[in-house]
Formats: sequence, structure tokens, C-alpha cells
Amino acid sequence: MRKTLLSALAGAALAGLAATASWAEEPRMGGTMTVTYKDDVSTLDPAIGYDWQNWSMIKSLFDGLMDYRPGTTELVPDLAEGYEISGDGKTYTFTLRQGVKFHNGREMTADDVKYSLERVIDPKTQSPGAGFFGAIEGFEALNSGEADTLSGVEAVDDHTVRITLSRPDATFLHVMALNFAHVVPKEAVEEWGQDFGKHPVGTGAYSMEEWTLGQRVVFARNEDYYKEGVPRLDKIVFEVGQEPIVALLRLERGETDIAGDGIPPAKFLQVTKDPKYEGMIVEGDQLHTGYVTMNVAMKPFDDVRVRKAVNMAINKDRIVRIINGRAAPANQPLPPLMPGYAEDYEGFPYDPDGAKALLADAGYGDGFETELFVANTDPQPRIAQAIQQDLAEVGIKAQIKALAQANVIAAGGEKDQAPMIWSGGMAWIADFPDPSNFYGPILGCGGAVPGGWNWAWYCNEELDKRAVAADAMVDTARQDERIAEWRDIFVAIQEEAPWAPIFNEKRYTIRSKRLGGPDAIFVDPVHIPVHYDYVYIKEDQ
Amino acid sequence: MVAYLIRRLVQAVLILIGVSFVTFVLLYLVPADPARQIAGRSATAATVESIREQLGLNLPFYEQYWRYFVNLIQGDFGRSYIQKSQVGELIAARLPPTLLLMAAAICAELVFGLTMGVIAAANRRRIGDNLLMIVSFVGVSAPQFVVGILLLYLFAVKLGWFPIGGYGTAAHIVLPALSLGFLGAGWYSRMMRSSMLDVLEQDYVRTARAKGAGRWRVIVAHAVPNALLPVIAMIGIDIGLFMSGIVVVESVFGWPGIGQLAWQAIQRVDIPVIMGVTVVSATAIVLGNLLADLVAPFIDPRIKLR
Repeated sequence: MRKTLLSALAGAALAGLAATASWAEEPRMGGTMTVTYKDDVSTLDPAIGYDWQNWSMIKSLFDGLMDYRPGTTELVPDLAEGYEISGDGKTYTFTLRQGVKFHNGREMTADDVKYSLERVIDPKTQSPGAGFFGAIEGFEALNSGEADTLSGVEAVDDHTVRITLSRPDATFLHVMALNFAHVVPKEAVEEWGQDFGKHPVGTGAYSMEEWTLGQRVVFARNEDYYKEGVPRLDKIVFEVGQEPIVALLRLERGETDIAGDGIPPAKFLQVTKDPKYEGMIVEGDQLHTGYVTMNVAMKPFDDVRVRKAVNMAINKDRIVRIINGRAAPANQPLPPLMPGYAEDYEGFPYDPDGAKALLADAGYGDGFETELFVANTDPQPRIAQAIQQDLAEVGIKAQIKALAQANVIAAGGEKDQAPMIWSGGMAWIADFPDPSNFYGPILGCGGAVPGGWNWAWYCNEELDKRAVAADAMVDTARQDERIAEWRDIFVAIQEEAPWAPIFNEKRYTIRSKRLGGPDAIFVDPVHIPVHYDYVYIKEDQ
Repeated sequence: MVAYLIRRLVQAVLILIGVSFVTFVLLYLVPADPARQIAGRSATAATVESIREQLGLNLPFYEQYWRYFVNLIQGDFGRSYIQKSQVGELIAARLPPTLLLMAAAICAELVFGLTMGVIAAANRRRIGDNLLMIVSFVGVSAPQFVVGILLLYLFAVKLGWFPIGGYGTAAHIVLPALSLGFLGAGWYSRMMRSSMLDVLEQDYVRTARAKGAGRWRVIVAHAVPNALLPVIAMIGIDIGLFMSGIVVVESVFGWPGIGQLAWQAIQRVDIPVIMGVTVVSATAIVLGNLLADLVAPFIDPRIKLR
């Protein structure tokens, strides 16, 4: 509130000056923004869509009980007005906002919330996000097909939903903010069946206006939206089929507003130093770590000394230079933006001699041969080559296997396929801003299964127990304790070195000068890449 | 004639079945598990199993192919793993832009190729002939993505005469059609040149000259119509050439056709879409060749269908 008042005052003071002080502007309503992408938009069904292109689009069409304050990782109620958590942390009672309407005009009620959660867990829906709801009572029965309903979700009255968990889960409110928990109207889902993703109907700030396959998707303002003054724009046009380089040229000419795929890595320096693009690039952090996994189930990476040696052999600063400084070197699995990041932890410094000594100690004084899997899109093979050279310095001869992304993921999911994988292009980016999400699937025993994402096949049962205990600390008063425990868990993991963390990537959004809004919404950590609801178009541009 | 047609149609069907089978085998061997790919990184085992069940991925290979084949002949190409839409719908939406681009490219290659061929033949062994044949040599050998990017850079980015890629107006089609047609123009100019040189040696040309017809009148009115026939018969075969070209050209120019769809599908290992596009383009190629063979005897009576 205070901030709003301040900027209003500043706005009045600067009214006579040029409109360059964008921070002081009142958001203007109306106008059309054009966003370009290379690939076709895949489904916009919130239960199915799970890529970086449709994630934020779905968030503009649909809403969930919870969301984040725009541009931040701070949880706030959204379709819910508020919530109460029981003393044992197992019952959540959400009070729904009154008078929220779907794009088809019908009012959203508690039954829709229950239906949407049941739909996402039902195996027939084939939702990639069903697993997030494992803590809800009755999940197993519904997900295995034994039951038709979800016993843990109850519509108490039209505007109250009670959700019972089978175990306390400190991340549950984050889960309720995921796209997979967004509320859909049953009648529209039943009308369109598997094509609901092409004919989405939600409660969001925008509604679907047009979808021309292979060419464009158009969103129009939802006049009935329940948030005052949102969205700012009348329309968003998403044009697809545009190569990133062409997208940049068109942006420069003022034909488009946001290049959705960002700046191509090979053009990064040229674009950031070009005065034509000055003031159009927004830099931000993301919940991302790029890492090399070492398969602890395969020799010689079953030996912790070898894994440490790899950590010490890689010159991370040089790799950051290779990608033109678009990242910061990492020394632990968690990214700095994530709660639980250990700022005081030093990790394994770059030390090729120390690495050689460790290898000799482990009985590999003459080195060994291994394979490094990598996705075959730029700049990943170049990064893999740098790692390969660093490893060769200490005697490790790694052969590079550059494959299509899907094939690398498939190899990582087999216990005996990939000794080392450079995660670039496929690296874990957190689904929600909580350290728990950086553990279970990628470093916990649950992910070390065929088809899983724990490509190091690292499974420490003792740490698994501590992780479960940490996530049982639901009490808001214990959150600092919980985060401290997660910090210790990740430091303990890094000491075992199943990964060699390389860098935390930054994010760059390039947008036209006519777009207004705080920089933070253009590199929103949750509404990736851009929080479309809060973008506006400045006057006289 | 009818017997010939029936035989060729049966052949065509067999070829298409063969193509669909070989593609299916190749994609079956790709080491990516479609069920896991659809399920994503956070899926439960139950979800993966349910997907596998619904797609019939648990069935033995030959049963999977049979299922695909039976659906295919009913016009059902399945659903995209990535986009989740019906593959038939995706292809149908993108076929008109591709056909439009091909038609424009055929016009471009005929206009440029034939003109170049005629001028080269008329100036045989002189400087004009040599220059044009160098151009045609470049056309035949330059990769289409290089031609496309060069045209895009010169005429759209530097000179600003045309839009930088996209679809919608007549101006959008010029550069992609030229990029796609440049290769064909190279071939046609060489064919036209040698066909013209043959014709120019004929008695009736000498007769025309003897009757006092001017040089260009002889070329345009007497030689070109006769030299054109064997060249025209090749157009059907172009469709096959174009099918490989459109993948590149459509991607460079952001043209929303099936070539771009194929490129996206290959990058994302979207198997049903790759299958669908392959079957559709194979059909186009087979039909194009059939058309070329059927038209040939009408153009040149010396050819007989047997």
C-alpha cells in the first residue's frame, strides 16, 4: 500500500517530465501485445500443459486457490479468500471468493474445485502433475483407479472446501498454486473431451478468442475478471513458427513486443551490446541449477572420491564465460533464489591437482574412460566440450554423446545407461519455490527409479527420512527451522557429490519499449517467462 | 490404359504401406519411451502405466503396427504426444499453406528456369550462355537453407522490400517461393537449354529460317513450344523434390506449412506427427510421379503407357 502511494506521489511530481520514468507511470488500460514463439503452442489444459511456453499462458486463462504476488515467490490466496490450517497440519479449509465467473458465465463453486482436483489425479486424464497431490487423502485409491472420487476433498458448502491430507505437507499451499490445481468447469471439459486444451474455459484474466493451428493464438480480456484493473491489455496475440533470430529482428522493427524464446545463445553478446536493443532487455534470476550427474550405480562413480575429483576438475568460471556470463557459478544443488540456499557453504573449489590426488587415491591414477551425455542443441555441446577438456586435464577421458533431448532423458532414466549427463537444456527448474521440490524427484530415492529424473541414481535413505520429517513441519512458527534443516540436507548431499553443480542460469526477457510494468513481471519467477496479466502498453509509443 | 492405371494404383498403395511400415519400425527403435515422455518428469507410475495402456504400447510390435494401420486407413493418424491434438487436424491446418507455397515455387522455377534455358540456348557458347549456366549450377548445388537465409538477409533485412518471414499477404510468399524454386530453376534451365539445342537443329527450324522468319520469332514461335514438352512432363516429379525443400524453407521463413510441422515434431520426438507427415508426403510424391507418367503420353505421343 505504502509503495503504491509513493509511486502515485512520484507520478504526480514527474507528470511534466518525459515519460521515460516508467516506474512512476500509472498502468494504462487497453491495447494489443504481440508475443512470438518458435514452436506451436501445445495444449492449454491446466491438467496437462507442462512446458515453459504454455505454463504462463495457462496461468492467464485459469486460476487456482493460491498464487504468488506478481514478480515474487511470495504465496497469496487467489481464488481462495483465505484458508485455515488445523493444528496437526493435516486439514486445510479454504474459503472461496464469491461471484467468480468462468468464461462461460457460470459462477465457480467448491464443487468445481473438487472436480478439478479429482480430474488431475484420475489416471485417465494422463496428467503429468498427478504426483504432486500425493499427500491428499484418498490419492492412491483414485490414482490407481480403485476409487472414482477423492475422499480427502470435501465441498462443505458452495464457497468452502476442506482438504484432508494423509500426512502433514509443508509444501501443500505451493501445490495448490500449481497449474495442475487450477479450477476448470466440468461442463466445458465434458463438452470438449481430449480437445479441452484447444478450447480452454477458466476464470482467468484472459479468455481464448482465436486459435489458428500453426499460426497464432489470441487471448482477449476477461471483462468479468474479479481483480480490479486486471488485466491491462485488451488482447494478446501469440504468433508461432518464428525462429528466434527472426523474432529479434521483428522486435527491433517494432512489429512485435516480446520474443518468447529469448535471445539465441549465439547472438547474446551482439544483442546485449547493440545500442538498438538498449532498455529492452530485463535480467532476472530463476530457480535453476545446471549440473553434471554422476551415476553412482556405475563404476567408477560409485566411489565418492572420484565424484569429488570431478567436482574439483571442472573450471566453472570458464564455462560461465563460454555462455557469455549468462549465469553465476554454482557450488551446491540449490539455486540462490531458493529458500535454504547455503550462502556460507564453499563446496569444492577448482583444483585440478587436488582432483588428480583424489583419483590416485581411489586407484585411478592413470585416469579412466567414460561417457558424457548431452542434449544436442546450442550451447549444450560447447559446454560439454569444456567439461570434457577439464576432465582430460586430470586424466578422465570422457566421450561426448550428443543426442536429442528426449533420448538423453530416456538414457538418464535407465540405471546402466549414462555414466555422466550434462543437464543443460533439461535441467531441473523448480515447479514451485520450495527446497523440497529440488530433492524428491532429482536427488531422493523416489526419483531413482526407471524413468525417473534422479539421473545420479543417488539414494540415501537416511536423508530421505530427514526430508520427510522436514516437510512435516507445517507450523508457520517452525518455518525457519524447516528451511535450516533443508539447508543441512543439501549440504550433506553435496558432500557426497552425486552432482557437480556448474552454474545457476539467469533469465533474460527482451521486450519492446512500448510495454510497461515493473521489470519483475517480465522475469517473473513463477509466471515464466512473463506475467501477462500485469503488462500494459505505454502511451505515445 | 485402364489396366495400366490399376496396376500403378496398386503399386502406389503397396509403396505407401511399405513407407508407413519402415517409418513405424524406425520410430519404434528410437530410444525414448513415449509414455514417460507424455507423462513428464513428475508423473506417478500409475499415470505412466495408464498412458501405456491407452496407447497400446504394451502390445507386441506387430500388433501396434496393425492398430496404427487400421486407424490410418480410416483416416485416423492418432494424437500428437506433445500438442495433444489430432494429427489429422494438425496436418489439415497446415496443408493449404504448403500447397500454396509449392504452387508459387513451381511458377517461380518455370518462369526463371525456362527463360534462362531459352536465352542460354539462343546464345549458345557465348558469354550469356556461360553466365546463365553458372547461375544454374549454383542453383542446383546451393543448399536451400543457405539460399533462403541469403534472400531473407538481402531483400527483407537489408533492403526491407519484403516482410521477414511469416504468412498472410502476397508479399510474404515471394522469398520462400524463390528459395524453394531456385533449385528447380537450375534444373529446368539446363533441361530447357539442351532441349532447345536439340530442337534448333531440326529441319522445321531450318525451314522456318529459310522462309525468312526472324531469329527471335523462330525461337519463340517455333522452337520453344516443341522444346517445352519434355520439360513440362517433369513437374510431377518436382513434388518429391519440394517435400524435402519445404522442411528447410518453411522453417527459415516461418511459413506455417507441414514442413515446419515436421521439423518441430522431429526436434521434440513427437512420433505420431512424424508418422503422419511422412505418410502424407509419401502419398504426395507417389501421386506426383503417377501424374507425371500419366501426362507424358499426352504431351509427347511417342511415349506409350503399358
